[in-house]
Amino acid sequence: MQPNQDKVQRGAPPATVPFYNDPKKRAILFQIVTLLMVGLLAFYLISNTLTNLDKQSIATGLGFLQKESAFEIGESPIPYSAADTYGRALVVGFLNTLIVSSVGIIITIILGTLLGIARLSTNWLVSKLAGVYIEVLQDIPVLLQLFFWYAFFYNILPSPRSALNPIVGVFLSNRGLVFAVPEAHPVYKYMAIAVVVAGVVIYFLRRWAKQRQARTGKIFPVLRVSLALVIGFPLLTWAIGGAPTAMNVPVLKGFNFIGGTNISPEFTALLLGLILYTAAFVAEVVRAGIQSVSKGQTEAAMSLGLKSAQVLNQVILPQALRVIIPPLTSQMLNLTKNSSLAVAIGYPDFVSVAGTTINQTGQAIEGVALMMVVYLTLSLLTSAFMNWYNKKTALVER
Amino acid sequence: MEKVDIKQIETEVKPPVASKGVVGWARANLFNTWFNSILTLVTLFVLWKTVPPFFRWAIVDSLWFSTGEACRGTEGACWSVIPANIRFILFGFFPYQLQWRPLLAMVILVVLLFYSRDRRHWNNSLVYAWVAGLFAMGLLMKGGILGLVEVESTQWGGLPLTLMLSVFGLAAAYPLGVVLALGRQSKMPAVKALCVVYIEMIRGVPLITLLFMSSIVFPLFLPEGVTVNVILRAQVAIIMFTAAYIAEVVRGGLQGMSTGQYEAAESLGLNYYQTMRLVILPQALKIVIPPTVSQLISALKDTSLVVIIALYDLLKTTQSVLSDPSWMAFSSEAYIFVALIYFFCCYFMSSYSRRLEKELDTGL
Repeated sequence: MQPNQDKVQRGAPPATVPFYNDPKKRAILFQIVTLLMVGLLAFYLISNTLTNLDKQSIATGLGFLQKESAFEIGESPIPYSAADTYGRALVVGFLNTLIVSSVGIIITIILGTLLGIARLSTNWLVSKLAGVYIEVLQDIPVLLQLFFWYAFFYNILPSPRSALNPIVGVFLSNRGLVFAVPEAHPVYKYMAIAVVVAGVVIYFLRRWAKQRQARTGKIFPVLRVSLALVIGFPLLTWAIGGAPTAMNVPVLKGFNFIGGTNISPEFTALLLGLILYTAAFVAEVVRAGIQSVSKGQTEAAMSLGLKSAQVLNQVILPQALRVIIPPLTSQMLNLTKNSSLAVAIGYPDFVSVAGTTINQTGQAIEGVALMMVVYLTLSLLTSAFMNWYNKKTALVER
Repeated sequence: MEKVDIKQIETEVKPPVASKGVVGWARANLFNTWFNSILTLVTLFVLWKTVPPFFRWAIVDSLWFSTGEACRGTEGACWSVIPANIRFILFGFFPYQLQWRPLLAMVILVVLLFYSRDRRHWNNSLVYAWVAGLFAMGLLMKGGILGLVEVESTQWGGLPLTLMLSVFGLAAAYPLGVVLALGRQSKMPAVKALCVVYIEMIRGVPLITLLFMSSIVFPLFLPEGVTVNVILRAQVAIIMFTAAYIAEVVRGGLQGMSTGQYEAAESLGLNYYQTMRLVILPQALKIVIPPTVSQLISALKDTSLVVIIALYDLLKTTQSVLSDPSWMAFSSEAYIFVALIYFFCCYFMSSYSRRLEKELDTGL
């Protein structure tokens, strides 16, 4: 407690007051008792655990990560075989979690925003349909939705032999989604670099444009130039690199497709379930955010002579985003956490791989602790970002 | 004469046909701009392409009471999967002759819920009724006394298990959440730190890791020879998880209280417990009713995750029915049925919360 607060309070109590009636001393006593109880409980549990582990002769520690895993993983972004270590298997699982969450987050934001805008549409039909979607999808457990889509892919879709072929080079069957990709060529690597370079250039361009506008009032068409850069840089690289056009088209051979890129039914079901479920929540967040900006803001901006794009960019969005971003982040975190349900439909995410590891090694405590640490780290990073963002956008009251 | 005149005037001042009735409504709500007109037409086209085939599949061509073999020949839905297996889906492995007991338990629960809907019934006797009701439900499920045959909890399953996990979970998580929220607001640093660590840690991990913890790590915590039933362990995990989220919701309410309320209570000479019980909590809990209900809804949905640690809740019993080769192909129908059960439970809760919010609105 701060010293100046002490002065405001009654000061030292007279000696006649017994210690249990002195709020300060009582608080200290209460805290000591609480800590003691928690400590005793922890001691009891830990000593039990150590005895149990000793009896079952399970070695503690993370040494098992170096051992050979001896299990295969269905899909992996990095080379992996059963001869690799548990550590590498867990890395594969973690990468799979990251892939499904990041792809899911991007699509969810787009779909959720569209749904939120549709919910506010003046078009009665569109608004009501979006409302029904939001209400229904929010009220069905995400695990049930995952099971539904997974069963849907296995039971409803045809076998590769009679695969659906909606667009040239794209095949949809119960083995997943197969589509044509460009034949490997070094130029694609440089195109990826070009996109990154474009991003950096745009970042500095935006800063410069903002400063110039603040200084001189001149407006630079940032959006159009940025779009041109993002599309132009990679295209130019592609043209300079010889403009390769060869495609790797999937062909039916035996019972499955060869070539192209295959997205497994597990991944598709997981992604679809997560996106459709979370988008319903994002839609509500977006709707609330847009509704939080009063109509007077739009009218005031228009009366200043701003064009409608400027009204949206300079007035509405900055205010709406302040309301939208915090709950949106927590929805994105929910999506990441829900991606752990992959274990139920057999997609090898982190929890699923860690589960297999626990089954094989018996290192239950370490395995579950690893799962918790991974998700806790992701959550803490997110909340650190949130705090930074809140500070940055907090209203400066005058 | 006059009558005719009025009628004439009425016809004369009638608004144009295009701005009233069905046409006017459609113009105002569906075709007010060219973009909306296109949107309406596209939506109608999509609906026309999807709804009639779905209707055909679900109603016209569907079979409702038949064997799995009979379903294979049809183009439509095979709803027969539900009546043919309804007792297993709803009650799991509960002994067949004794299934009236979980049914009665669910009836008690539904009656209690419906009775509690009316705020005029909210008094002490309702609390006793709930305690008695929950006790009766537990007794009906477990048996063992009063001439009821004992049923091992490993045989519990289906809808009663889902409902019990949620209802008992919520009943225990709510007070725990309030205590945690008060702890987080406390001025005692040790208590505050403990509560913050607990809440943030639980909220940072998925429920499934807690369920794993309860099913595979928790047995290691206990002294040798002591075992705790797997349903109870899952129940504890759900309670711990839900409590952390409820604590955050309640904290929002506590932070919304003005300091004047605390000062007023203090000047009346109330101590901490009286202040909280009589002044702060009644108001704070009232403002957070809507977010609390959405927490309760997600808790109900989250009980479905016990599938992963192989408890036979509603979702798992449905899955086991679908592993029977004769019903394997009709997963959509079965899952839609289960989804409808969840949807009605959640929809009931959310619409009730909206009503309650309106009723409790004091205009402040």
